[in-house]
Amino acid sequence: MRLDQIVNALQLSVLTHPIDLSEVEPTGGYASDLLSCVMSGAQRGNLWVTLQSHLNIVAVAALLDLAAIIITEGAQPDVATLEKAEQEGVILLSTPLPTYTVIGRLWELGVRNPETTP
Amino acid sequence: MSDNLLSASRVITDKVAENISRVEELAYEIRVREVMTSQVITMHPNDAMQTVLETFRQARISGAPVLEEGNLIGLISIEDLIRCLLKQDLAAPVHQYMTPHPVVVKGDDSVVEALKVFVSKKYGRLPVVDSNGHLIGIITKGDITRGLLRALERDYQSEEVRRYRASHLFEDIESERTSLILRYNIKQGDFEHGGEASAKIKRALLRLGASPQIARRCGIAVYEAEMNLIIHTTEGGVIRAEIEPHQISIDVYDYGPGIRDVELAMQPGYSTASEKVREMGFGAGMGLVNIKRCVDWMKLESEWGKGTRLRMKIYLPPPHTHTKGENSNPT
Ligand SMILES: Nc1ncnc2c1ncn2[C@@H]1O[C@H](COP(=O)(O)OP(=O)(O)OP(=O)(O)O)[C@@H](O)[C@H]1O
Ligand SMILES: [Mg+2]
Repeated sequence: MRLDQIVNALQLSVLTHPIDLSEVEPTGGYASDLLSCVMSGAQRGNLWVTLQSHLNIVAVAALLDLAAIIITEGAQPDVATLEKAEQEGVILLSTPLPTYTVIGRLWELGVRNPETTP
Repeated sequence: MSDNLLSASRVITDKVAENISRVEELAYEIRVREVMTSQVITMHPNDAMQTVLETFRQARISGAPVLEEGNLIGLISIEDLIRCLLKQDLAAPVHQYMTPHPVVVKGDDSVVEALKVFVSKKYGRLPVVDSNGHLIGIITKGDITRGLLRALERDYQSEEVRRYRASHLFEDIESERTSLILRYNIKQGDFEHGGEASAKIKRALLRLGASPQIARRCGIAVYEAEMNLIIHTTEGGVIRAEIEPHQISIDVYDYGPGIRDVELAMQPGYSTASEKVREMGFGAGMGLVNIKRCVDWMKLESEWGKGTRLRMKIYLPPPHTHTKGENSNPT
């Protein structure tokens, strides 16, 4: 499923500009607020669901080539984080929904990790 | 300047690598004339060595071509000057101490040609001549590095082409000690720049033709070490990565506070991170575990009160076993 479809279905706010969302097709998803768990668990091209919203999430997403970060519970990244994300080409999305709900919806939409799905 | 002379076997010296900011990568196909210094200070064979000493000191150079009636007849370097100083012979003329018939490169040669000479001959600088053999400039390894970096910053479009070319650079320079050294100073508490050094190392690897899997493993390992410097040290530390054709060696060191129990620190889940840092999502106690998983070899050494040193190695497959498919596969 393409990222623009996911954004519409979950009514996510797109916080960063340039990239064409219909060009991005997440390979699956990963959720954690612990950065070194993300470093170890998230796969290239994954959507990352977290309530962290500070600058360092951008570095993690860039390093792992993640498809986008969905920031949950209405947490707001600051200007520096947004600027850094634009610079690094990392897509930031946000939603007032809690992480659990977001993951549930994504799963329903078929965004699953091939290797862990029975 | 003189460290160019000492580390003749390195394509890029520590000193130069330290100055590299946004782009740290090697390129190919740039002409010597594009990166050379064209305003050359020259000496005359009859100049006194005393004049050489003064010129070198004033102009902060460590070598100069020797010209006689416009023709290049030799090269006088700081080593020659030292020999002369030892003999207390500063009144002697330049032609007694210079190296006659110096090795030269042509302005239209690719910089790779100059690099080959640097690697095989251990010279610090080379005179550059035109097709008639007239001196048009001088080139050092520092010039090459800076020139390459400038050129790479200029065009970002032909990424693929360049990556291909850069990946052949190591093969073209026949030396067992060819390496690229990247070095970063990491400040304690500098969350704002956290992850930048690892991102740069990862990018450099990709541009040198490493597979995405290797670049990713290396990126993750360096990231964890980088964040540990930011979070757990008193003043930060240094990350030094040496990229060689067969391996990547990373050395991360700091001067305090050290780790009381290294074995305990290696345990998954063990962390001394503060509450504040944990709120940011650090401190799962998984960083060192991640590193271990990503590298082929690691050694963590520490002395409480002194500092910590983490060394890691990732072995690279020989270049000819690199298949196209491997390069394009996602992890
Ligand atoms: N350079 C260092 N200087 C001092 N202590 C260190 C250093 N590196 C690691 N440590 C100690 O080792 C512990 C474990 O490190 P590790 O990277 O595995 O986990 P962490 O940094 O606490 O959490 P995480 O990496 O999951 O965010 C740290 O909590 C810290 O006590
Ligand atoms: Mg850590």
